[in-house]
Amino acid sequence: MTYIIEGSTGPWEIVVGLEVHCQVVSNSKLFSGASTKFGNDANSNVSLVDAAMPGMLPVINAECVRQAVKTGLGLKAQINKESVFSRKNYFYADLPQGYQISQFDKPIVGKGTIILDMPDGTTKSVGIERLHLEQDAGKSMHDQDPKYSHIDLNRSGVALMEIVSDPDIRHPEEAGAYLTKLRAIVRYLGTCDGNMNEGSMRCDANVSVRRPGEPFGTRCEIKNVNSIRFVMQAIEIEAKRQVEVLESGGEIIQQTRLFDQRLGETRAMRSKEMAHDYRYFPDPDLLPLVFDDAFIAEIEKTLPELPDEKKARFINENGLSAYDAGVLVAEKEKADYYEIVAKGRDGKLAANWVITNLFGALNKAEVGIAESPVTAENLGKLIDLISNDTISGRIAKDVFEIMIETGGDPEKIVEEKGLKQITDTGAIETAIDEVIAANPDKVQEIRDGKDRMLGWFVGQVMKSTGGKANPGMVNKMLRDKILG
Amino acid sequence: MSSLDKETVRRIAYLSRINVSEEGLTELAGDLTRILDFVEELQEVDVEGCEPLTSVADLTLPLRKDEVTDGNIQQKVLSNAPMTDAGCFVVPKVVE
Repeated sequence: MTYIIEGSTGPWEIVVGLEVHCQVVSNSKLFSGASTKFGNDANSNVSLVDAAMPGMLPVINAECVRQAVKTGLGLKAQINKESVFSRKNYFYADLPQGYQISQFDKPIVGKGTIILDMPDGTTKSVGIERLHLEQDAGKSMHDQDPKYSHIDLNRSGVALMEIVSDPDIRHPEEAGAYLTKLRAIVRYLGTCDGNMNEGSMRCDANVSVRRPGEPFGTRCEIKNVNSIRFVMQAIEIEAKRQVEVLESGGEIIQQTRLFDQRLGETRAMRSKEMAHDYRYFPDPDLLPLVFDDAFIAEIEKTLPELPDEKKARFINENGLSAYDAGVLVAEKEKADYYEIVAKGRDGKLAANWVITNLFGALNKAEVGIAESPVTAENLGKLIDLISNDTISGRIAKDVFEIMIETGGDPEKIVEEKGLKQITDTGAIETAIDEVIAANPDKVQEIRDGKDRMLGWFVGQVMKSTGGKANPGMVNKMLRDKILG
Repeated sequence: MSSLDKETVRRIAYLSRINVSEEGLTELAGDLTRILDFVEELQEVDVEGCEPLTSVADLTLPLRKDEVTDGNIQQKVLSNAPMTDAGCFVVPKVVE
């Protein structure tokens, strides 16, 4: 896909790299034994280490290390058996240490790749530059008091994985696809819950523009955008701003900017002007983090089937299109649901019901797959009822509507409402005879060669049987009776 | 010879949130320059093939189990704060 901004002096291309902070799923913090639980009383999940009391020493959480390695393996990335923690120095009210413990020149995970599934069914690969472990800061609240800010350190010291992409993204939609895929991967792995609105996944976007084929321009960093849609919007708006600046003879100044979704603009963050000088140095409180191949192999054994592999299996074994397979694997819960429906049944038919009917209904009701009123088992049963000719496809749609409303079992619904397909020749014959008797003129039309009138008769018979007659049988018997 | 000017020292002092007087800046610039000169002298040592050392002890990082063993000491955490409210530290407004 190409994305070109047509300026007044010619075309511009955008270059984007993303930095994503993923909160690591663990019980306790990266360097202290305080809980990571969300929503507890302010400052109750805080140890003296997290509050940066003098003399407190950090001790690393093994699970956070395993989660970072697991994520690295999921990104098909290089795992560094030796890595080093450094201090990133800056002052802010919610950073009690006056520095963040992070990794600088020796991160735990090196180069990797993410395959993007674009909406048109094509794929594109984006490089991962690195993944490193670091501490989260506390939370500042500015709206409690006109003169003061309130600080809660519950989040202070929670483990984050910062995942940095190469500047390979050339389209706002690719940025969206990147975040969607990264979120799917960490969710499949169980290393981060991926909830952007709760802040457990946060994204900074580095955006620059250039003439196609020319070297990279100066970039600006847009901080902390909290939804995939806003990231795409922020990139579009920032790129347009840069083109306007350049075309009016100005220069792009490398700076940190804030996206204001209400005003639809980005603006410079004043407080960050001096902040780029972080004066990193190795943290003297922490020895190098070293592990062996056996440690990695142990984690490798716990890797689940990841979205790309699942997608390939759905295409190759279930005969799905790349697009349908992509839709199903986008969320693990969706793929799991589909697999229960498809088990022992026609994979393509199952995919149609899940994607078109179920996802359609869920979207309309604005609920996720986890809240689906129709269980995968019941949707499977419904498909069986069609396959074994108990009900017609048309009736199945009605039954599905009832299932969405009541969450009921399709077999019971069919039983209770008397929706079973009529395959009894006698009953169908009676219905046909009645329709023929009532419409002698139309029967004559068919006999005169107006074949398509036959469809009208099928419709009438179906109507008089409440849609329960087997359409194939009705068709054949009508033909025999009128033309036979 | 490397030499640090007063402006660079002012910037470093600001980044470290250390308040230094004008005269102090000149003095510090001299001290820091002498330290850098000493480091420059060390640079002359041939370290070809030597891995950079991050710690003098030949040890690696001990790992701890992922268990909740700390926290729930809100009173203790806040006990040195000049101002608190509703379990939070209260500080002069910092906002964009």
